[in-house]
Amino acid sequence: MGGPNLLRSAVMLNDQSGERLLPIIKGSRADAGMPAIELSEADAKAVAIYVHSVLATARAQGAPPPGDVPALNVLVGDAAAGEIYFKEKCVSCHSASGDLAGIASRVPDAVQLQNLWVAGGRNEPNDTENSPGRRDVTATITTAAGAKVEGRLDRIDDFIVSIVLADGTRRTFRRVDDSPKIEINDPLAVHRKLLETYFDRDMHNVTAFLVTLK
Amino acid sequence: MTTRRAVCAAVLLVSPVLLAGQTAAPQETGGVDPASLRRPLAESWPSYSGDYTGRRFSALTQVNRRTVKTLTLAWVSRVATGPGAAGRRPAGAPPIVIGGHGSEDAGVIGPATIKGSILQVDGVLYVTAPDHVWAVDARDGRELWRYYWKTRGGTHIGNRGAAIWKNYLFFETPDNYLVSIDARNGQERWNVEIADFEEQYFSTPAPIIVDNHVLVGTGNDLDMPGFLQSFDAETGKLEWKFYTVPMNPGDPGLESWPSLDAARHGGGQVWVPGVYDPDTRLYIFGTGNPTPAYTGVARRGDNLFTCSLIAVHVDTGKMAWYFQTSAHDTHDWDSAQTPILIDGAIDGRPRKLVSTASRNGYFYTLDRVTGQHIVTRRFGTATNWAKHLRFSGVVEPDLDKSATIPGTLVSPVEGGVTNWPPAAFSPNTGLFYTHEKNGFNIVYLSDPDPRGSMGLGGKTVANVGSAPNYLTAIDYKTGKVVWRHAFPSMTGTGGAGGVLATAGDLLFTGDAAGNFVAFDATNGKPLWHSRIGTITNAPQTHMIDGRQYVLAAVGDTLYAFVMY
Repeated sequence: MGGPNLLRSAVMLNDQSGERLLPIIKGSRADAGMPAIELSEADAKAVAIYVHSVLATARAQGAPPPGDVPALNVLVGDAAAGEIYFKEKCVSCHSASGDLAGIASRVPDAVQLQNLWVAGGRNEPNDTENSPGRRDVTATITTAAGAKVEGRLDRIDDFIVSIVLADGTRRTFRRVDDSPKIEINDPLAVHRKLLETYFDRDMHNVTAFLVTLK
Repeated sequence: MTTRRAVCAAVLLVSPVLLAGQTAAPQETGGVDPASLRRPLAESWPSYSGDYTGRRFSALTQVNRRTVKTLTLAWVSRVATGPGAAGRRPAGAPPIVIGGHGSEDAGVIGPATIKGSILQVDGVLYVTAPDHVWAVDARDGRELWRYYWKTRGGTHIGNRGAAIWKNYLFFETPDNYLVSIDARNGQERWNVEIADFEEQYFSTPAPIIVDNHVLVGTGNDLDMPGFLQSFDAETGKLEWKFYTVPMNPGDPGLESWPSLDAARHGGGQVWVPGVYDPDTRLYIFGTGNPTPAYTGVARRGDNLFTCSLIAVHVDTGKMAWYFQTSAHDTHDWDSAQTPILIDGAIDGRPRKLVSTASRNGYFYTLDRVTGQHIVTRRFGTATNWAKHLRFSGVVEPDLDKSATIPGTLVSPVEGGVTNWPPAAFSPNTGLFYTHEKNGFNIVYLSDPDPRGSMGLGGKTVANVGSAPNYLTAIDYKTGKVVWRHAFPSMTGTGGAGGVLATAGDLLFTGDAAGNFVAFDATNGKPLWHSRIGTITNAPQTHMIDGRQYVLAAVGDTLYAFVMY
């Protein structure tokens, strides 16, 4: 692991222009394993200034300065096992040759694709309110008098429910106890339920399968 | 080091100027007697939790399950920030007192967000936000004076409130000063530096007064050691400093770190005020997560005493006991939740207990005299990071649930099942009340070199949905959930703000849709609400002129409710 991280070192954070670093370079911590290093005063000061220049680019919440972003392979899963899982758990709603055909071309980044399918599709890039694939939460509301109204659910809390009808009209109802009766149809409800059932291995396998759906 | 410094009023309404070296005239009579802080919470609200127990249970009953439907708005008051406009202020404008060591432009002054407790003493509210204290008339919301601290900079994430001792307020600043000001006029008494600004400490907690001690926590995101300090309320002199991680060879807990260097960079910040038991003179508080937060490989071991409940003796700062609520956390789930002292019964025997609902989704009850473990129970319905319970009651973390390159599906999200907004306990119902958020993240290790994983760096997270979120009532004796109230939500957000419990068998808190809600404490049924916006602190209550007020903050605005 090498020596201590200078970007979180109390010495360097308190150093102004080398005055705390210099004695250490000269061997004041030889007992602790930092040997004296032959360096001119000017060079040692330049080192301090360099470290400060890196420190100055550190990011919020203690995160290090931005460096080269390492290319990481998130595709560790087994695509064949992912396909078996898909056929077992997903095909009641989805199809590799239907709604998900070409998903890996639409979402070429594997991390994005994984986030997308685990979330149930709600974050599909370039989705707009009018996208054909967009699945709104809808509600059917039955008033005490028996009237039924259906529309896109716009807002709900313990006191109010508000829906937007097909013609764009908004209807808002006050909620008192169990009235009006509200049936919510949330296409993501199934996905939210599934979140509690995934093993990380299944998740990686399904992602490995979905990236084959070019 | 104690710095006594001159304080001057901002503008033409000049208050008397204090000369350097001169303290504000102390008045030994009047003000808040520190012994009075032991009284159970009722008419006033003189400390962070209202009293030392952390229960946030008010004895007031005027507003109760029967009457709450008539609760109505008394006043609205918005606090203004900054040093005030240059030039002449209108006659009668509240004075602004300016302190601080920073330059005029070091702080970005925007609207305040009130994220802390508000003191109510003798009809005056003392409200805080980073770099600011306001005195506000509790009867009508009128600002009486403002204290503004010119900051050197630092993280301005929030301030959890002020403390009061006699006639003097104490509060902490983001650039790490403990400032004492006269509660009567906002004039500064003294300020002392409490942590190293260059090492990126920043201070958010509300100080806690015990006798003449001012107990002060602070915070840091850059792998620095956490500590709790005690200052003399009269002089500002440091009395003791307790580190939450091993700092020297031979220190207890060092065996739970791979090296002394790792321990000394191990975090365990004291973000949030604790509770105090006068019988044992123990101050009990929670500590923050170990650092680097998401990369455990550089700090293998349990990482004591991070993510722990710790009891220290207030006179010496010596640790009496600890219990780790997360061993080797790798998700930024600090245990900086204010615990709650409960005088209860376990197996029919009266016990002095302390309970906490932790950010990691587990509920704990301990003996608060000895630290003996009594209950560990999961309350976050989706919480999935644990392997099993150790014999000691500590949860064994599943290290496979740490951040990985291909991603790990984790519940809760970074913010946790609960967080700093305080829980409450009602001795009437025997229930512990907390918000419960059950979100899921996929956590990716983005920098596999552990040296690059300082602070909260080295990972990326994607929120992928949420199981239902609740207001949750827990039996402290067993940890079993007695009832849950689900917050309907379009976006998976949960309830907002902390919880207040009252002897009127009510709970006050914010829901997920911007409503301020009163719930029936026995069953979680909503009884009253007002859509004032997302609650940003914990609601409070107090009694003035025979009227019970209920107070909540939404961003920079205070709302006071009352029954006429």
